[in-house]
Amino acid sequence: MFERLSVMLMKEFLELKRDRWAMFRLVVPLLVQMLVFGYAATFTVHHVTTAVLDLDQSQASRSLISHIVATSRFTVVDVAKTQRQITHDINDGSATIAIVIHAGFARELANGQGAPLQVIIDGTNSNTALIALGYLEQIVAQYSAQLPGTVTLVPGFAATPPRGIDLRTQPWFNAGLNDRWFFIPGVIGTLTLMQVVSLTAFAIVREREIGTLEQIMVSPIRPVEFILGKTLPFFLIGLGDISLISVLGILWFHIPFLGSPLIMLLGASLFLLASLGMGLLLSAFSRTQQQAFALNFFFVNPFFILSGFAFPIAAMPKALRWFTLINPLRYFLVVIRAIFLKGVGLSALWPDLLAMALLAFVMLTISVRRFHKSLD
Amino acid sequence: MSAAAPDITILTQGLSRSFGTVAAIRKVDMAILRGEIFGLVGPDGAGKTTIMRMLAGILTPDAGAISVDGIDVVRDAESVKHHVSYMPQRFGLYEDLTVTENLFFYGELFGVSRRDRLARSRELLAAAGLLPFQDRLASQLSGGMKQKLGLVCALIHAPRILLLDEPTTGVDPVSRRDFWAILYSLRESGVTIVLSTAYMDEAERCSRLALLHAGEIRHCDTPERLKQAMPGALLAVAGPDPRTLRTLIAGRPGVLGVLLMGDRVHVRVDDPARRIPELEALFAGQGITGAVISSADPGIEDVFVALVGTQTAS
Repeated sequence: MFERLSVMLMKEFLELKRDRWAMFRLVVPLLVQMLVFGYAATFTVHHVTTAVLDLDQSQASRSLISHIVATSRFTVVDVAKTQRQITHDINDGSATIAIVIHAGFARELANGQGAPLQVIIDGTNSNTALIALGYLEQIVAQYSAQLPGTVTLVPGFAATPPRGIDLRTQPWFNAGLNDRWFFIPGVIGTLTLMQVVSLTAFAIVREREIGTLEQIMVSPIRPVEFILGKTLPFFLIGLGDISLISVLGILWFHIPFLGSPLIMLLGASLFLLASLGMGLLLSAFSRTQQQAFALNFFFVNPFFILSGFAFPIAAMPKALRWFTLINPLRYFLVVIRAIFLKGVGLSALWPDLLAMALLAFVMLTISVRRFHKSLD
Repeated sequence: MSAAAPDITILTQGLSRSFGTVAAIRKVDMAILRGEIFGLVGPDGAGKTTIMRMLAGILTPDAGAISVDGIDVVRDAESVKHHVSYMPQRFGLYEDLTVTENLFFYGELFGVSRRDRLARSRELLAAAGLLPFQDRLASQLSGGMKQKLGLVCALIHAPRILLLDEPTTGVDPVSRRDFWAILYSLRESGVTIVLSTAYMDEAERCSRLALLHAGEIRHCDTPERLKQAMPGALLAVAGPDPRTLRTLIAGRPGVLGVLLMGDRVHVRVDDPARRIPELEALFAGQGITGAVISSADPGIEDVFVALVGTQTAS
């Protein structure tokens, strides 16, 4: 047993060593994607392009506008003279949001009766729209707090912050609500899943294509020896990947790492085993590298989307929520975020760790069972 | 056929296998003796590879029994793998590994001890003419050298039975000679060899041949006896335009078969004494000069066409 396994491993590492692009392929795309994701994957909204139509031209209206542009959230790209111009700005996308102050704004405020403020927003990206509107509501609320009358946002969207209840929020674990803290650990898990699943799937299909698999089938090797020999290197590569991009996240993006490295190692190991199992299953259903590629594409993207990486699982339809239960990434994202940001331990994470262990066990068992040493 | 006699190494009975609706092989019965070089001859798609894979235990028959060295391969494919070596048309080598490393890998895979491996690899590499290339990457070898390295890897665990599927297709003549020298010395040491081939000169070197067509064994005997079984006598007609000659001769009375063999036409006739003058008269009547008729020894190709009714290669 040990001789055959060790010669498989020796062969794998020799091939890896001889492949002069291997290190490049294994490391560089990962680092580049980590940097790109790290900078690009954010819901924070800055410098929303804004068009302004001030029909009141009063002290009060100018003061409100200067309040809005004083933050870095909004950048005025057009000071419009007509309603048509505003429509045009929104239609051609040069402005995402338009603020219209109607004539009589200052008078209505001075009367203390409350003044409407029209906001038109491009809802194409509903997420950006909602967030920008939220900022605007805050700014307007602060502004109107100093005034006798109330400024009310009117359709497009309308909302008035309720008076009476004064909400005081205190976020835990990420006091600045910095969403990069939320995304970077997710990126680590996602990139690792993609890397490990495709490496594993392709490696076995490649042996089939170059004809060495047929040679291995006619030898007395046992399926478990072959599969261990093929997957152990990717397990180690996966651990290396996770360490590398975690260090990048901590040192470059200053993501806190509050939890225990040992629990991280445990979580990463279980996650990698489950990912290897997935890769093996894909390879079991592929005869050629093209088929493996197609299957990989078919499965990995839904696993990514249905992981809670960006879209909350709780908001998904029931059928999809059920599907997420067999997604190892779902559990690992919980674990890695908790270890990075919350610093919690086994007592909080054991259900997710156990789920990954179960998934790994089931998928690896099926793969070993399915690997018949025959061409049937 | 009775139960395996002591000298029968491989016995198949009623072996059948279909892929989808296509029957790859049908009711194949073979008894291969220890120390034989047994040849499977037939055109592409005749079922040669299917039979090889079944003997190697990596393809399950739909029906029938296979016994290799007394082991029931259908029930217990793993046990046979220690004693059998199977070399497919393209032996799977790891191109990023050197000659020695490939050999080391396959040796360890079959559990060959270090001492045996070193001794055998030296001997086999020398026989294959590969000793000077030990440290060369497999990807840097020529086609013939790759195939010989495949054979060396297939032999590293000293198998008792060697299955070779078209082993010398696309191999240069020098490498083929080395290849056959190794096969002969293996036979001397009692190894049973089953090989499929599309080369008729190779088929001649086998101790027995199975002529395979459309998944069935049509005839099975020694090359000599197969030739004797061929009906009629063989004439060779050499001339300036063999294709025209072939068209002219085909269908003439007493002509059983016509086969274009390079620059000559092989003509199988019922009665040479009577037909040679007739053919000469035919050529004279058509104004063909320079066509020479002589009697010829049949090759396996002629035998195959005569007995099976189609050519092995189109």
